[in-house]
Amino acid sequence: MTDAGTMANDEGVDQSRRKFLTVATSATAAVGVAFAVTPFIASWNPSERARALGAPLLIDLSKLELGQMITPVWRKQPIYIFRRSPEIVAQLAAHDGRLKDPKSEDSVQPTYADNEQRSRRADVAVLIGTCTHLGCLPKQHFEPGDALLGTDWPGGFLCPCHGSRFDMAGRVFNGSPASTNLRIPPYSFPTDNTLLIGQDETTAQGAA
Amino acid sequence: MASNEAADKPGFWGWLNKRLAVDQVWRQHFSEYYAPKNFNFWYFFGSLALMVLVLQLVTGIYLAMFYKVGDVSAFDSVEFIRREVSYGWLLQYLHAVGASAFFIVVYLHMYRALLYGSYKAPRELLWLFGMFIYLALMAEAFMGYVLPWGNMSYWAATVIINLFSTIPVIGPGLVEWIRGDYGVADATLNRFFSLHVVVIPMALLLVFLHVVALHEVGSNNPDGVEIKARKGSDGRPLDGIPFHPYYTVKDIVGVGVFLLLFAIVVFFAPTFGNLFMEEANFEPANPLSTPEHIAPSWYFTPYYAILRAVPNQRIGALLLLLAVLAFFFLPWLDRSPVKSIRYRGGLYKAFLALFTVSFLSLMYLGLKPATGAYVTAARVFSVGYFAFFLLMPWYSRADRVKPVPERVTFHA
Repeated sequence: MTDAGTMANDEGVDQSRRKFLTVATSATAAVGVAFAVTPFIASWNPSERARALGAPLLIDLSKLELGQMITPVWRKQPIYIFRRSPEIVAQLAAHDGRLKDPKSEDSVQPTYADNEQRSRRADVAVLIGTCTHLGCLPKQHFEPGDALLGTDWPGGFLCPCHGSRFDMAGRVFNGSPASTNLRIPPYSFPTDNTLLIGQDETTAQGAA
Repeated sequence: MASNEAADKPGFWGWLNKRLAVDQVWRQHFSEYYAPKNFNFWYFFGSLALMVLVLQLVTGIYLAMFYKVGDVSAFDSVEFIRREVSYGWLLQYLHAVGASAFFIVVYLHMYRALLYGSYKAPRELLWLFGMFIYLALMAEAFMGYVLPWGNMSYWAATVIINLFSTIPVIGPGLVEWIRGDYGVADATLNRFFSLHVVVIPMALLLVFLHVVALHEVGSNNPDGVEIKARKGSDGRPLDGIPFHPYYTVKDIVGVGVFLLLFAIVVFFAPTFGNLFMEEANFEPANPLSTPEHIAPSWYFTPYYAILRAVPNQRIGALLLLLAVLAFFFLPWLDRSPVKSIRYRGGLYKAFLALFTVSFLSLMYLGLKPATGAYVTAARVFSVGYFAFFLLMPWYSRADRVKPVPERVTFHA
């Protein structure tokens, strides 16, 4: 605009109008691009089928013995369900000092499982069986003083991938790469001997 | 620079070159592209990487003709390729062993840059393009590893995708979005196959830029002397020789030796003692059974060992990321006035040795279980690894360098 050459070319041009049109066109195009990429990004979300297959799961507990664990699959994740004796529940507090998050303050669980034994009912534990570190399946080492884990081992789980250790309430021990306790899914007991995984008072229709 | 003289020639050659500068490009990039005459053994690996890229492309295209993506069909189709497709076993072994060969060649290619300071000015951009190729290669290797849908494929995908869950706030949602399901599933496998193919054109573009950037600044050499600084009366570098025929022929010898070693592995030890193909991956993916011992492919284990060495999950993932990205900053971390290790002092040599030992040790430790002494050792070597990068601005400047000669050293 200062030298003669451009002056000649811009003769009679309304600069503010040109600037407005340039900005307006670009802005409209940007909004259009944002709309256009939406289906491409959204297509990566879990499909309707995947969501439907993630519906609540009803489990029969009548055959679950003391100290026994079953691992049904809910939403591609194994759910660890095991029956604990009153003695095991009673001694949970004894090793609080060796845990990263004994009160489950940084961990994920429904409010009714936000207690010392991390469960609705003290005798039945329900945990999502994927390590909170990187998602491997911690293995069952329920025997106290397990040969692999030392004489002071109170019983629990050991992740084979990176060595994270959890107690009988899914709480993570110090020195594990995992930072939080095993997660707990929403669940409820429709009857004394049945367990519904994925649905509780807060989730009206379950699969959300 | 070669001009387009061929356009003035009579006949078809002139007609063609008037429309497409074939002759000019050939002379500019081959017959009149001057490379230093003192290249040694370390300068084989660039052309070898290009050759392995072509090998992976060709074998990959043929594997895609028989592979059936999908959680039900993928594992069986790979077994079908191995057992029933005519020469399918060879195509599959070439591709799987080729992936490991790619990393061997690329790691040696990168190490050459550390030895001779090839990342230093004016080759920063060349180095950055190379690093982006390395990232693309890592993505290709990871996604390709998932495709056979063996049990290691499944659990490697689970562990690596879960690394993203450590990102604050958006992490868990992001992980679900990447997988397209509540766990690694059919949806994940399908998009990985698509991406495994899609990365190829991007990688080819990066390779093109890498070579174009190289030809703009010219190759470094074992002496770290700029040959363009000393030109003869004809305008050609005194220490340069035309890429063709001198280095094309030299590279053919390199390719021959490489293919000999490569064929020995493909035909006699394709799993290479559980390193190039892992036992657990000959079992179908099983979401309810984590293999007893999970280790990624050997070329990722240095970073994996760093991840496991840290007791805090988020910091571990962050250090893994930094360990990869640290290479990007080398051109600016290195403050030495000389390029080549031949003229650097003891400090740089000591730190490079520390890095070499740390990298190889972490590679070994990443294959071992994360218990006791292995974790302690991984912590020590992680410190060694990062010390090489973090202290470089200091030791590269404090180093007592030797005088650099004006011409390259060359004994005919």
